[in-house]
Amino acid sequence: MATEAIVVTKAIRAKTQTGDTVARLVVLSFAASVLVVTVLLVRQLWVASEATRHAAGLSFLWSTSWNPVTDEYGALPFIYGTVVSSVIALLISVPLGLGAAVFLSELAPARISSSLTFLIELLAAIPSVIYGLLALFTIVPLMRVFGEPFLKSVLGFLPLFQGPAFGVGMLTAGIVLAVMTIPFIISVSRESLLAVPREQREAALALGATQWESTWQVVIPYAKLGISGSIFLGLARALGETMAVTMVIGNAPKIAASLFAPGYTIAAGIADQFSEATGRLYQSALVELGLVLFCLTIVINGLARLMIIATTRKGSRRP
Amino acid sequence: MKKQLLTLGTLLVVGTSVVAAQQINAAGATFPAVIYQKWFDEYHKLHPNVQVNYQAIGSGGGIAQLTSGTVDFGASDMPMKDEQISKLKVPALHFPTVLGGVVPTYNIPGVSQTLKFTPETLAGIYLGEIKTWGDDRLKKDNPGVKFPNNEIVVVHRSDASGTTFVWTDYLSKVSPDWKSKVGSNTSVSWPVGLGGKGNEGVAGLVKQTPNSIGYVELIYAVQNSMPYGEVRNAAGKFVKADFTTVSDAAAGAAANMPKDFRVSITNAPGKNAYPISTFTWLLIPTQFSDANKANAIKAFLQWMLADGQKYATTLSYAPLPKPVVQKELQQIAMVK
Repeated sequence: MATEAIVVTKAIRAKTQTGDTVARLVVLSFAASVLVVTVLLVRQLWVASEATRHAAGLSFLWSTSWNPVTDEYGALPFIYGTVVSSVIALLISVPLGLGAAVFLSELAPARISSSLTFLIELLAAIPSVIYGLLALFTIVPLMRVFGEPFLKSVLGFLPLFQGPAFGVGMLTAGIVLAVMTIPFIISVSRESLLAVPREQREAALALGATQWESTWQVVIPYAKLGISGSIFLGLARALGETMAVTMVIGNAPKIAASLFAPGYTIAAGIADQFSEATGRLYQSALVELGLVLFCLTIVINGLARLMIIATTRKGSRRP
Repeated sequence: MKKQLLTLGTLLVVGTSVVAAQQINAAGATFPAVIYQKWFDEYHKLHPNVQVNYQAIGSGGGIAQLTSGTVDFGASDMPMKDEQISKLKVPALHFPTVLGGVVPTYNIPGVSQTLKFTPETLAGIYLGEIKTWGDDRLKKDNPGVKFPNNEIVVVHRSDASGTTFVWTDYLSKVSPDWKSKVGSNTSVSWPVGLGGKGNEGVAGLVKQTPNSIGYVELIYAVQNSMPYGEVRNAAGKFVKADFTTVSDAAAGAAANMPKDFRVSITNAPGKNAYPISTFTWLLIPTQFSDANKANAIKAFLQWMLADGQKYATTLSYAPLPKPVVQKELQQIAMVK
């Protein structure tokens, strides 16, 4: 009887072990497929950009000309535009988004909080082309008539706010990107703030902190990982945003000191020019722009990870 | 049951082979896409077994697809360059289909008249040398117009396009400064200005931005009720773009038309010729592997040059002048 039981158990165990192995292999292949796709993507970008890499080499990264007539291409105006518009977007959306998340998680009554959150998550799902159209018909005229002249009158001594106000330009693109990244920051930050255990808040309040002090000095540092994650999610969207940006940035591959001037981002440049780009060098220059964006994203994400590691090691999380 | 299925199957096979639908694929320019769609629809009504599927992916895309052989014929707003022709496996013929004009459209507060532009002022504005609407050079050509002394906002195309090619080709012909500094191509390095995507993008930006000037196809300016200016032609007359003046530009060039129809008709001679006009071409290979397809395409071309031209003006395109049509009818024989 006992040997039978052992045989049966061994049989079941063998079957479940093969089942386990199969499951492990399947899941491993799913994970590997992501890696494989990424590798193939990079390889394709590398191969298709060969003509420009040979012709220009590394100088592609710091050259400022973009001339399809003489076949001279340089990525610097595009890199500048991508970085600057994303930075403007973050400068606007992080305080607003974090503030809103704090309100929704700490201060608002539960019913208001959940209905507002639902609306905000709807905003995150709106396609970017619609944001672009919205911006073109509302934000651009507002900036041209009110926003930019106002900034010029108040801060016109800075070279950042000089020059003619077109309505379209780097600043407007940054504002549109901010509008698009705020929903991400709010929803993910709110989740992280809600995940902070109540004991932490209560302990701070019990020690005599005001509500603001407890939020700012205890709750937010505790949720720092989630909040940083939300910021980088927003940044990723801002770096790669194409249609909304190309409608409002003015599409001029130039570097200008003023935020009112038109600019260009990598994604907008590729989207605008690729379908009709004739000439091997032109096409490969656009593909190389894509490769540059890919590397830029990796670099920024890498820096983000390093920053998170550095700040968490400082002991701002609980011991 | 099996017998019924067999009969049904045979009938279907016989039925489809009797109809022998000719499916033709084409791709290319966006500017003439509207009239091409109309033509293909009308032709299909007359010949139900011929179906042309046209994708407006842009002139560059059309040429690329023709070269790689994924489409049966292409369409382009600009003639193929020699290096592009050398890459074709089967040589292709250029067939002009309709004419278009590119007009300078503007949005200046307080100015409702039709402005007059000379080649020098257009080149100066787009080079960034003429910076304000109050410039003397503009005032000289437009006496009696009250220009505000505001900065000119220049608008151009951000995407590569045949419209840009025509505009820059014209500026290169009339301004040696432009030719050396910028040149002509479907996409150039613009000295100044904002970029809009597509004719719609440029038209939209000009409509929205006061003190702006941009270039669009004549059709867009007409359909969006935007003011556009007259341009001085090679004969010295200020001409406003419309079907007759654009056709006159082609007629003026018809006398010296090269055999392969690869010609630029910007700054054409002719008293009433509009100087910024262009043909748009169908790129038809000289050899087809399928004789039925070749015959279908040849028949379509003959229909297009005769009845098809009647649809041009209703859709705001200029029809081809008669001398050009005659020459093209002769070229059809070269398609095998």
